[in-house]
Parts: sequence; C-alpha cells; structure tokens
Amino acid sequence: MYPRPIPETAKGARFTYGAFVWVILLLWLAPLFAIFLTSARTAEDIAAGNLWGIPTEIGLVDNYIGVFQLTPMTSYYWNSILMTVPSVILVLALSTLAGFVLSKYRFPGNMLLFGIFIGGNFLPAQIMMIPVRNLMVNLGVYDTVWALVIFHVAFQTGFATLFMRNFIAALPRELFEAARAEGCSPMQILVHVVFPLVRPALAALAILTFTFIWNDYFWAVVLTISDSVKPVTAGLASLRGQYYSAWNLLSAATVIVAIPPVVLFFFMQRHFVSGLTMGAVKG
Amino acid sequence: MWKRNRSWLWPTIFILPAVILFGVVIVWSSLQSLWISLHQWDGLGPKVWVGIDNYRELFRDPQFFTALKNNVIWLVMFMLAPPLGLAIALLVNQKIAGMRFAKSLFFTPLVLASVAVGVVFTWVYTPRFGLLALAYSAFGAEAPALLSDPDLVTFAIVGAALWPQIAFCMILYLAGLNNLSEELIGAGRVDGAKGWDMLRHVVLPQLKEVTFIAIAITAIGALRSFDMISVMTQGGPFGSSSVLAYEMYEQSIFSYRFGYGAAIAAVLFVIMLVFIGWYLSRIMRAEDLR
Repeated sequence: MYPRPIPETAKGARFTYGAFVWVILLLWLAPLFAIFLTSARTAEDIAAGNLWGIPTEIGLVDNYIGVFQLTPMTSYYWNSILMTVPSVILVLALSTLAGFVLSKYRFPGNMLLFGIFIGGNFLPAQIMMIPVRNLMVNLGVYDTVWALVIFHVAFQTGFATLFMRNFIAALPRELFEAARAEGCSPMQILVHVVFPLVRPALAALAILTFTFIWNDYFWAVVLTISDSVKPVTAGLASLRGQYYSAWNLLSAATVIVAIPPVVLFFFMQRHFVSGLTMGAVKG
Repeated sequence: MWKRNRSWLWPTIFILPAVILFGVVIVWSSLQSLWISLHQWDGLGPKVWVGIDNYRELFRDPQFFTALKNNVIWLVMFMLAPPLGLAIALLVNQKIAGMRFAKSLFFTPLVLASVAVGVVFTWVYTPRFGLLALAYSAFGAEAPALLSDPDLVTFAIVGAALWPQIAFCMILYLAGLNNLSEELIGAGRVDGAKGWDMLRHVVLPQLKEVTFIAIAITAIGALRSFDMISVMTQGGPFGSSSVLAYEMYEQSIFSYRFGYGAAIAAVLFVIMLVFIGWYLSRIMRAEDLR
C-alpha cells in the first residue's frame, strides 16, 4: 500500500491524521456549506449583510417551499424525471444488445463500430448542435421532453455500449460455448446467459447515465425554450437570471436540483465509482 | 432459410437500433455540421454556398481569438486537476475510521450538475458577501470582483470548474492506487525509497495508464467547457470569458448565423481531434493486446 499505512497501534497519529483530512475536507466543501447556509437564511438577513452570523430568523422551510410556490420548479422537476427515467431504461436496453453483439460476434467492421461508439462520446456537443436541433424540429418534437429523450438515448448509447461490451467480453467464454453446444439461439443466450450476469453492470450504468442526463445543461437549453418543458438544470439557470439578488431562494433551488444525483450517489456509491473507473480506465 | 441465416440475423437485429440511432443523431449530425459550415444560413431560409468564407471571416474576428485564447487558458489551468486529484487520493488512501465517509464526501462535487456548481461559485465570488470576500476581509483586504473583471474572469470560472474535475481525477487515481504492485513497493522500501522518491520512481510509473486517461479526459473536458460560462457570465463582460463552445452557441442561437457557428464548431472539433485521436489510439492498442 502507498502511502505507507498509519499503523493501527499509533492511536495519536491516526487521530491527528484523521483530523487533518477533515480540515481539508471542510475547506473542499466550503462552497457547498456556504450555499446550504444561505438557503436557510431570510431575504432580510441577506439584504442586511448578515450572511455568516447567527440568522435572526430561520428561513429554511420558507425558502424551500418558496422555490416550489414562486417558481416553476415543480414543473422543472417533473420534466427532468420524465426525461431521465425513460432515457436510462432505453440506454440500458440498447447498449446491452449492442454490447453483446460487439463482444461475442466477429464480423467485418466490428472494431470500427466500436471505435465510432467511443469516439462519438468525446465529440464536442457544439458540432452536432445545429443538425440535431433541426432534426428535432423536423420530427416535430422540438421543445418537448421527447427531443431530450431521443438525443440522450442516442448519445449515451455510445458510452454505454462500450461499457457493456467490455463487461460482457470479460464474462467466462465457457458459458457461451456451452450454451451454443446446447443449441441455444442468440436470443436464448441473451435471455438466459447474458441478462442474469450483467445485472451489476446495469446497476452501475443506470446510476451513471442517470447522473449524466439529469445534470445535462447544454441540450436542455438548445432543445427546449418553454418553462413547461425545461428540465431542472435549464430551469435553475433561468431562475439565476430572474432572481439574481434573491440568494436565499436561488441557493435553495440549487440544493433542490442537486439532491437526486447526490442521494443516488450516496446510496449506490460502489456502483457509481466502479462504473466510472471501468468506463474511463478500460475504454 | 430462416434457420440457416439465424446466425447473423439475430445479432444484426440486436445491434441495429443502437447503430441507427447513434449513426443518425450523433455521427451524421456531426458530419452535416461540417457541410453547413460552408454555407451562409439563418436557420430557416435557404442555405447559400459560400465555400470557406466563414472560416476566412473567423480568422479576422478578434472575438474568435479571445475565445481561442481562453480555451488555451482552460486547457493549461485544467492540467492542475490530475496532480491535485492524485494529491487528494494519496491523502485519503488510508484505512482510518471514518475515511470511507470522508472519501465519498470528497467525491460530491463530481455528481453536482455543472449549473449548480456555476451558481455555487457565483455566490462564492460575489463581492462583499461571498465566501471569497469573507476570506479576504479576514486579512483586512477587499476581494476583487472576479466575475466582472475582464482580465480575471476566465481564471475565476476555471477555478470553479476545477472543483469537480479534481474529484474525477481523484477517483481515477484511487482506483489506480488500489492496483499498485505490493512487491514493487516493498522492494522500493527495502532499497530505502520513501516519500517523494518512492512516488516518482516506483508509484508514478505504475500509474502511467491512469495518468494518461486523466490528462486526456481533462483536456477534452477543458475544451468542451460551456455550462459554467453560460451560467456564470454568459461570456461577459464584453465577451472576455467566452470560449469556442460558447461562441458557437451565441453566434447560432442569438445571431442566427448557423453557418458561422458551424465553422466555429469545426475549428473546436479539429483541436479536440488531437486529444480524441490520441486517446482512441491508446485504447485501441490496448484492445489489440488483449
């Protein structure tokens, strides 16, 4: 192990080290604490410049309720859910199918296809902005949640396919050979061999894609304009323009937007981290 | 007939939806953009062929060079993320009570939406009230108004964007530290290597692969930057914090100059291609060795 482990026996050293880490962590997360504290203050406190002292009045509940009452946050939230959930499900389905084929079948162009799926991930969003926007206009889905669903499914499928391909490729070869020897059709192999084994990968992929799609901002502003369609990220940005001095409300809105990915992350951290490192390290 | 063709029929059906969707929406759109960049187009009327005129105009536009310069600043400053990520990874790579929890708290910025990070840091940088102003006033000084100063604004935004990027590099390095060879470390210790020497001669060579990925992805991330700029300054003041990605968006959406916007995107793409190509070739080579 590197760095050299602090020995179990040295109580004092361990304690000092731990305290040091927490001090660094406190500095690291200070911006987050600041925004959280601000979301608990009243507008009067902020106007009076009392930002760090003891609040004269706790505005926590008022601010958070205020966000939902004064702004279209309820609608933003609903749109985000409406866009993210079907996208994640579709991405998982398409990438499992494509990943299975790319890893277990040899055909000309296999590697090329794989390369395109990886390369596509790193394209700057701006290069496809104009044509994608036109495509959505022509499909009649521009400024609806569907435009976002279609785009995110297409884009995330690139990353997800290479992820599933690597995962399925690492499964023991004997299983597939045995299934084939038994006369299983590709469909039966998929249902009886692949699906039961890829569950952990799907969990990791689900939480990763959820976070990516929920947090996306660029496509949210390019493909939607109405408040009734905007997801939370675009919504937060427009609130920032509108309520630029009401920092108590803005902070509460920021916390509200951040909650789903953060909560999901804390519950499924192992999957998130393994997914991220596998996605990045192996391809 | 059905039976005989079954061996390729099912795989084809399986892979087709992904290929069609990705091919049309991502690949075809990107290629189409290059075509659009050779036209003058307001997004609605007919496209007028202008050849490379958009590119010629681009290279006479001072705003383009401001954006390009800012892209370079992003790229250079973002290179702080891998070493800082490694530093935090080394810091928390200890088995001490509470360390697991501390680790996950260190990750948190990574899962925040970049818009949220943008808003948080706008608040941090707010003159008089913000966290930064507080830190300055502790020393009796007054904090500069970072986001309204054309000379400082890009540095301030990059500083904010580094926050999640460092967390990302930290995750990569933590995974890398887990896979270190115990024998090599042990041998190094026997030879009397420790601290900095050990890091340089024994640990870092083993982390080469992770470092490569961290640098490549960080570089691509730096060139892609859009969200934070859009949320924190909208390219201002006076276009001083714009980057190519934001410039392209502004020219297309606000000025209805889609051809010109596409040309900016094409330039950005060519610059990124260097890093994408580098990354892809390494990945593919690793794939061949497998």
